[in-house]
Amino acid sequence: MSTEAHPLLAHHFETLDQQRESSTLAMWIFLVTEIMFFGGLFMAYLLYRWKFPLAFHAGSHHLDIRLGAFNTIVLICSSLTMALGVRAAQTGERKKLTGFMVLTLILGFVFLGVKAIEYHDKFAHHLIPGLHFQWDGPGGREVQLFYSLYFAMTGLHALHMIIGAGLILWLLPSCVRGKYTADYYHPIECFGLYWHFVDIVWIFLFPLLYLLGRH
Amino acid sequence: MTQTALSPEQHVDYLNDGYGWKSWLFTLDHKRIAMLYLVSVSFFFALGGLFAGLVRLELLTPQGDLFGPDIYNRLFTMHGVIMVFFFLIPAIPAVLGNFLIPLMVGAKDLAFPRINLLSWYIYVVGGLFTLGAMIAGGVDTGWTFYTPFSTNYSNSYVVATGLGVFITGFSSILTGFNFIVTIHRMRVPGLGWFKLPLFVWAHYATSLVMILGTPVIAVTVLLLALERGFGLAIFDPTRGGDPVLFQHLFWFYSHPAVYIMVLPAMGVISELIAAFSRKSIFGYKFVAFASLGIAVVGFVVWGHHMFVSGQSAYASVVFSFLSMFVAVPSAIKIFNWSATLYKGSVAYETPMLYALGFIGLFTIGGLTGVMLATLGIDVHVHDTYFVVAHFHYVMVGGTIMGYMGGLHYWWPKMTGRLYPQFWSRLSAMIVFVGFNLTFFPQFIMGYMGMPRRYHEYPPEFQVLHVMSTAGATILGVGYLLPTIYFIMSLRKPVHAGNNPWNAVGMEWQTTSPPPTHNFVSTPVVTEAYAYAEGGQGVH
Amino acid sequence: MSMHVSPIRNYVGVFVTLLALTLITVVVAFQDLGPLNTLVALGIAITKATIVILFFMHAKYSTRLTKLVIVSAFVWLLFLFVFTMSDFVTRGMMGVSGK
Repeated sequence: MSTEAHPLLAHHFETLDQQRESSTLAMWIFLVTEIMFFGGLFMAYLLYRWKFPLAFHAGSHHLDIRLGAFNTIVLICSSLTMALGVRAAQTGERKKLTGFMVLTLILGFVFLGVKAIEYHDKFAHHLIPGLHFQWDGPGGREVQLFYSLYFAMTGLHALHMIIGAGLILWLLPSCVRGKYTADYYHPIECFGLYWHFVDIVWIFLFPLLYLLGRH
Repeated sequence: MTQTALSPEQHVDYLNDGYGWKSWLFTLDHKRIAMLYLVSVSFFFALGGLFAGLVRLELLTPQGDLFGPDIYNRLFTMHGVIMVFFFLIPAIPAVLGNFLIPLMVGAKDLAFPRINLLSWYIYVVGGLFTLGAMIAGGVDTGWTFYTPFSTNYSNSYVVATGLGVFITGFSSILTGFNFIVTIHRMRVPGLGWFKLPLFVWAHYATSLVMILGTPVIAVTVLLLALERGFGLAIFDPTRGGDPVLFQHLFWFYSHPAVYIMVLPAMGVISELIAAFSRKSIFGYKFVAFASLGIAVVGFVVWGHHMFVSGQSAYASVVFSFLSMFVAVPSAIKIFNWSATLYKGSVAYETPMLYALGFIGLFTIGGLTGVMLATLGIDVHVHDTYFVVAHFHYVMVGGTIMGYMGGLHYWWPKMTGRLYPQFWSRLSAMIVFVGFNLTFFPQFIMGYMGMPRRYHEYPPEFQVLHVMSTAGATILGVGYLLPTIYFIMSLRKPVHAGNNPWNAVGMEWQTTSPPPTHNFVSTPVVTEAYAYAEGGQGVH
Repeated sequence: MSMHVSPIRNYVGVFVTLLALTLITVVVAFQDLGPLNTLVALGIAITKATIVILFFMHAKYSTRLTKLVIVSAFVWLLFLFVFTMSDFVTRGMMGVSGK
């Protein structure tokens, strides 16, 4: 395969392979920064869960496990469609790629919709930390810590989902036009890495936030 | 000095390849982006210096006669925030690293030119946020933003300043990420890792710290803003939160950030010492791996900032012990530089004066760091001017000496111009004298018990404070002179030729200033520091 | 470097495994296992994440450098967790107030 004259080869790279490898490496390094970013939140969670296990159990009990589990499944499905989308890009199947990207986008919106319902429920029950926070059971002080972390973690996760959805919308026209082929698909590949990473964050958030104190 | 046969009119370089503000603000050329950074970083350095000057002015007398405590708190905080986040962290990587790394690895550009430009814009936006907060009234928490003061009590613009820091963090992440990919993937064929200049090794290590540390400060400052702005409970002790957690998260980044500041300076010094001793650097691999060692070990020592904050004694002992280990790779570097000087034909050019200054000052800064990492001593001198003097020896005596040395060394490469040798040598010596006069008395008064961050003090400290303020004035002159002659060198050019120092290294193989794509023909890969031993001096 | 195209059934297999693990983690959460509950939940989460990284994110087929990058992220995360907690869990062990 001759790569010398490929129109999508940036001037400062020698070959398409070098360009693609640089992009995937860069994407992974970016994900390292994301891991450390969420890592700070998980650190706070670890400390306070260790300090106040009962308050965390009580707070967790108030979350809707059915919605949480449903959203987990939605995200796993979206990861599958994303992985198949990357595969379609690798094999240069334009229609399949477009279809899988649209499916991923729809699943992303389903997740965000469910999240919005959950947030509304917390609002209705005065579980938003701050002046209007109300907790009738014991340990209300520390339960606020749980809900602060809940909102910080799921909120930042949701923000990443929204950014992801925006990126799909941005990539979609090029998918339709057939820009991505076996020679040049790393934008889709990198986006896939991002989407899977966001899924992984949720894989941890679900048990840590929803599943404690169920027994 | 040699002159090239090429007259400047015939030479197409990155500076005359397009004119007008658009050709600068939308450039994707790493060299132009480096120049953009040079301008903005210099602006913040001047601003931070202004705050330092006001702080020193207030401290001329024991009474609080020029400013009240409120204003004083804001002055030293703005000095710290601007100098740390907007000058020291970006200075060497974003200006010299940006300009030189592609040249040193023989590439046409960094791996991601658009992201490089984006990082500058992010820096500017973060800077504007912080400037806005400053104009609105500033912030008074100290650059450390410790909770619960910053979340519950301070009446200053914590959130706006914090967001400025948060935003600027991304510019530093993007710079680091670009460097790592470039160093891994863009090296010219035949350029193995151990042929790389130590400047590149140092920047690689710096980039690792930027990638692994910066996100943690980002999320920490974000949580602080959420707590202060939206009432979330994260660090708030009245709701079960733990302010010491903030300190852990803060120093997880901010201690390694010290290495973001000083590692690139060490990279610069390695280049200068080799070039002006006309020798290959002694113990190349030791110096290279010492950079990585500092980057890694530097991540597990942060607790030495928290010996008196209620941290458990066991953790303190461990952190104290580990802190001693960082001294080892730093000392390895100092010893190897000294060994390089030994029997070299040393030329006392301006960059070399800065390099020699660095070695002396950084040694003092580093050794007092070991003293402070010792639990017993730290409990005694914690939050005194001893600490202030220590970190200024590392940051000003280390980072800024390295930055100035590097700027003087590569200025002919960046602009194709020479600056006046007499004035530049003089300024290097003024900086050295002024620096020591400013900060050495602070060691003494700190050890005697003068606490930091106070606008008033007992009269017996006045002599030392006056010395310090006098030194700061001299230091200011030392920094003003280069500003003047660098600008003059642009207006009244003295052409430098392609390699005024007769240095080796790929950046000296191309023309000065380099053409837009850096090299006209593929550069020749040589061993790093292939100076003929005992060869000709610079002149 | 040649790209690796996995067969579709691999992806479906990974997908089914992830769903099964989700089901298991929910079911286990309702049993009282004492402190084991947390460990099992975390163990399953780590397994799921590893599967996603290896197969969906193609880490299994990537360069050694990429693998090193991934591993180093988690090592640094451990630095953060272990050293921070080393402070909190050893508080008060000395029997001197404030230490």
